[in-house]
Parts: sequence; structure tokens; C-alpha cells
Amino acid sequence: MKIAVVGLNHKTADVELREKLAFSGPKLEEGLQKLKEIPGIRETVIVSTCNRVEIYLQVQDVEKAYADMKDFFVMFFDVKRDSLDTSLYLHRDMAAVKHIFRVASSLDSMVVGEPQILGQLKDAFDFALEKKATGVLLNRLLKKAISVAKRVRTETRIAENAVSISFAAVELAKKIFTDLAGKAFMLLGAGEMAELAAKHMMNNGVQDIIVANRTYERGCELSREFNGRAIRFEEFPAELVHTDIVICSTGASTFVLHRDHMQRVMKERKQKPVFIIDISVPRNVDPAINDMENVYLYDVDDLQGVVDSNISERQKEAAKAEAIVEEEIETFRRWMLTLNSVPTVIALRERAEAVRREELERFFNRFPSLGEKERKAIEGMAGAIINKLIHAPTVALKNDAEDKDVLIALIKRLYDLNGEEHEKE
Amino acid sequence: METILFELALTCYFAATIVCILELFKGSKTTSRIMFSLVIAGFVLHTANIASRYVLSGHMPTANLHEATSFFSWCIVLLFFFLEYRYRIGLLGSFIMPVVFILMLTSSILPRRIENLSPLLQSSWLFIHTAFAFIGDAAFAMAFGVGIMYLIQEHYVKSKHLGDLFKKLPSLQILDEMNYRLITIGFPFLSLAIITGALWAQSSLGTFWRWDPKEVWSLITWFIYALVLHVRLTQGWRGKRAAILSIIGFCAVLFTFFGVNLLLKGYHSFK
Repeated sequence: MKIAVVGLNHKTADVELREKLAFSGPKLEEGLQKLKEIPGIRETVIVSTCNRVEIYLQVQDVEKAYADMKDFFVMFFDVKRDSLDTSLYLHRDMAAVKHIFRVASSLDSMVVGEPQILGQLKDAFDFALEKKATGVLLNRLLKKAISVAKRVRTETRIAENAVSISFAAVELAKKIFTDLAGKAFMLLGAGEMAELAAKHMMNNGVQDIIVANRTYERGCELSREFNGRAIRFEEFPAELVHTDIVICSTGASTFVLHRDHMQRVMKERKQKPVFIIDISVPRNVDPAINDMENVYLYDVDDLQGVVDSNISERQKEAAKAEAIVEEEIETFRRWMLTLNSVPTVIALRERAEAVRREELERFFNRFPSLGEKERKAIEGMAGAIINKLIHAPTVALKNDAEDKDVLIALIKRLYDLNGEEHEKE
Repeated sequence: METILFELALTCYFAATIVCILELFKGSKTTSRIMFSLVIAGFVLHTANIASRYVLSGHMPTANLHEATSFFSWCIVLLFFFLEYRYRIGLLGSFIMPVVFILMLTSSILPRRIENLSPLLQSSWLFIHTAFAFIGDAAFAMAFGVGIMYLIQEHYVKSKHLGDLFKKLPSLQILDEMNYRLITIGFPFLSLAIITGALWAQSSLGTFWRWDPKEVWSLITWFIYALVLHVRLTQGWRGKRAAILSIIGFCAVLFTFFGVNLLLKGYHSFK
């Protein structure tokens, strides 16, 4: 009963290979089916996301399983064997446990702390469960991994703080305006970044969208996409009076918004706060505007600064998360140890029970005249003797000890238990 | 008995303040729950203390500076509960409980003897006048706390260094609106306190206004808050400027409250 994981991720394989090996759509079920048929593989969970393809296994022989997996990938996805040599990794036993705990807790992700992976892992597990591809060991492992991830989420701040520029902008907007629903939003210029930021703003409740672009037609196009309205570029200074959030990326080589104009705007809007995000390079908004009251101007570098400090914050939290993972690996290791010894404990008890029955039968045949009361008493005594005799080895087996495997082998030999072992299901 | 109640209330507020300050650095649901339980416990004891003093003296327990300060803190805590219940502003406790604690500590070192009310003051006006004054002052104290929160959050957003409290503090809009709303609550109450005071003076002293130092300073405070509201509505002095003005206003409140009683003389001063 061994745990192993074979797979690749964004660190070991480029996107081209990851794409090829993705278990998308019907391939997932097909893959699970094919893996079941490989002898020696008892439990399987396939995790396939855009950043990783991993197969969690419960096997008898890890080396053989690794070779089988390689063959499987080559066959199933029709890829070259040597492309796998460098990118495929294998973790076994506790290293595999550690790996899945780290994956679930988003410590192994491209963006540490991103929340999607846990859901993807859950889905992968549910699917394998549904297809009856898992058993005692992987069920326990996956459930544990999910609970570890939840613990990491609640006990550390690993998933807090935006780590992309557009999310950082939304986060800031929420700390200026609370609710973005009633806010007027202007898209000045139509860069790709600006569009992305606008989408995030919309997802967070912004409804009233105005697009001002140099080419009016392009502005109209964009405004239809966002369900907003387009204005001519020359009209934007006047429109600013009614705008709370501005995202600017015009591609102009000079400032399109100057301080003195903004001062007039602020006076007209009675100093109601304005949040301006200038993601154009070179900058399109006069940085001196940030010195004005109730105007908050962030350029790309400012937002990047926020993102950077959030990332370093996450890394600090990641250290805490690693400690939690280590702790949980320990509890899982203990559980695995008891799992190892369970069949031996059962075999030992059955052996003792068999001896008791055999001897009692022989004894009662020799003394058939014994009364019911005496028989009961003798049976009880025999039971007490075997219980006392197997008590110590049973406790030793159940206890957590480093030389557990040795102990199990020893007890099997001493009591001649080989061949009688029952696997616990 | 009422002394013990007071000490216990003070202890609870002290503990709550410690937890509040810890919350600034390492907040969790547990810490805010502990803080809240402590404030509630303190408030219950405090209420019992005020009630027993009322029963013992037979009049509104605002007859000496100890009582008045204690009652002032009581009003702030009451308002704090209301705001927490209605708006759930993050970290509000961390900025208001220290104020409550300092007021209570001040109250604790002042002489606590239960005074016989001078015949001049024995009237139901005492209740009305002081109740209005303290509700108004409590709202101003709250506006002060919220104003400080605004300045901290504003500093983060403006300087682009989003410090540790950035996440926990509410948005600038909430803080600014709250500041404004509190002043719009405090201001009418202060006005009513001044009006009822004048009516009371008329009925007991025969004149509406005597330029007693407390009256003068109340008027100054009134003008400061009138200015806060005026420039907000006409000039758009919101946000940072409003926050700073509300802090200045609260300093005037504190001076009217302590400074006048301790430094200047007049019929408002306690014996």
C-alpha cells in the first residue's frame, strides 16, 4: 500500500506539453478507466488543470507504477517519451503526501494563494469517487488535503490581497467608495489592460460606463461590449464632473489631463472623491493631480508597488502555511502507520482465537461429563489467557514507533502469520 | 456598592481597550468577540453604577465632575453599541474605546462624594439639559474617532503605501459619511442643550444668558460644528478637511467639559 504521484506542472513543463497532456472532457473518464486496467494500480485520482496534470496513485510497487505511467502518457496522449523524461516528476510516500497538501493549499501554484486549485482538486476527487477509482487510502488523503487547505485558508492570510494590477485597482476602488454599484466609470482610451480592468470593475458592480476614445467608432464598439455609452474624446473633460472612477490608457505621448483642469472639475463636483487609474506608458495624467484633495491617482508603477507588497505579504504567509502542512503530514503519517499494522493485529487476534477454539474443543471432548456452568467458566478462562497474551504485542503494533515495519515483520514471523493477513478495506 | 460597580466597569473597559489595541495588530473574530463581551460587561456594571447613584441621590447623577465624566463615557458606549449594531464599522472599537477608558480613568480620580444638589439646580431641567448635552458630546466623540480613522486610511491611499490597517479599516466613503452623520446628530443636540440651558436659566435665574464661561465655550463649540456643516455643504469641505475639523471640534468639547470646570469659574462649575 503505497502512495505515489506522477505528474508535471508549470515549473517542469511548458504550456505546449501541458496542453497535450490535459485530461479534458471525455478524456478524463477514459483515462481513469485505462488506468484501472493497469495491474498493480489500485486507486487513482486524476488532477488536470491548466497549470498541472497529476495522477495520484495507490500502488504496490512505485517503480513499476512510474514506468507504467510513462507508457500510459505516451500511449494515451501520443507524446514523445523523451519530452516526458525531463518534465515528469514522481513523489512517493510522505513526499507525495506533502506534495498534495501543498498543491491543495495553493503553495505549489504559479500565483501562491490563488483560490481555484482547491475547487479543481475537489472536482477531481468527486469525479474519481463517482467512478469508483478510489479506495481507503486516497479517499483519506484527498479529504485530508482539502481540510489542510481550509486550515491554511483560515489560519493564514495567504489568499488575501490582490496580486494582479487590475484586481489591485478594484481593491483600492472599494476602499475609496465602498460600493461600486452606483459609481460612474469612465474608460479613457481603449487599451487591452484598460479593458481588463473595466471588466473587473463591472464584475464588482459598476454599471454606469462611459467610453471616450480617439477613434469614436472603436469607442462605440467597446461601449456596446460593456453596455455603456460612448462619447467623443473632446467631450471627456466635461464628462469628468460626473465621473467617480477613471481608467486612462490613451497611448498619447503627453498628458491629456492636467492639474488646473482637474481643479476646476473638483470644484464643480463639490470635492466628491475621484479615483484615477493611469495605466498608460508614458503617463497620460499629470502626476501633480495626486496632490489635490479627494483625488487619488495611481499609475502603473503605483499599482505594481501595491501588487509587489501584496506578493511579499503572501510569501510571508506561505511560510506559516508550510508549517501547517508539516504538522498535518505528521498526523497523516501516524494514521498510515496504524493502517499498516491493522491487518497484522487482526491476523494475530484470529490466530489466538483459533488456538482457543481448537484447544477448548479437544478439552471438552475428553471431559464430556462437564456441566454447562463449568464449560462456561473454562471458556472464559481460556479467553482471558489469550487476551492477556496478545495484549502486549497488540499495543506495540498500535503504538506509533519508528521501527514499526520491523515490528510488524517480527510479529508475523513469531506468530507465523504470513498468508493469513487480511487486508482491511 | 456603587464604588465597586464603578471599579469593575472601569476594569472591564480597561481590558476591552487592551484587546482593542491588540486588535489593531493581530485581529481575528475571537479578539473582536472578546472585546465586545468586555464592553457589554463594562456597560452593564456601569449602568448599575449610574442607576444606584441616581437612587441614592434622588437626582440625575451629573452633579459633580466625576459623575458627569462617567455619564459622558456611558453615552459614548451606548452610541458605540448603536453604531456597531447598525453599521458594523471595522475597528471602530479600537478608536473609541481608548477615549472611553481615558474618560473613565479621569472620572475615577475625581472626588466621588454624592453631592446634595444646590436648590438652584433642583429642577427637571437638569435632566433634560444634561441629557441633551451628553448625547451631543457623545456623537462628537464618535465623530472624532471616525475622523482619526479617516485620516489614517486617507494617508494609506494617498501615499500608496497600504499599511497593515488598510485591509481592516472601512472605506473612505463610509468613514466620511459616518463623520458627517454623527455631526448632524451631535449638532442639534448641542443646540437643544444650549436652548434648554437658556430656558432653565430664565426660569431659575431670570435671565437667558449670563456669559458664564461654560456658556461661552459651548457657544464656541457650537460655532465650530456649525462651521463644519456649513463649509461641507457650501464649499465641499469633505473628507480630510472635515475629519480634521471634527477633531478640532472635539478638542473644544473636551475643553468646554474639563477646562471650564477645572480652570474657570462660573455657576456651571461643580463644588
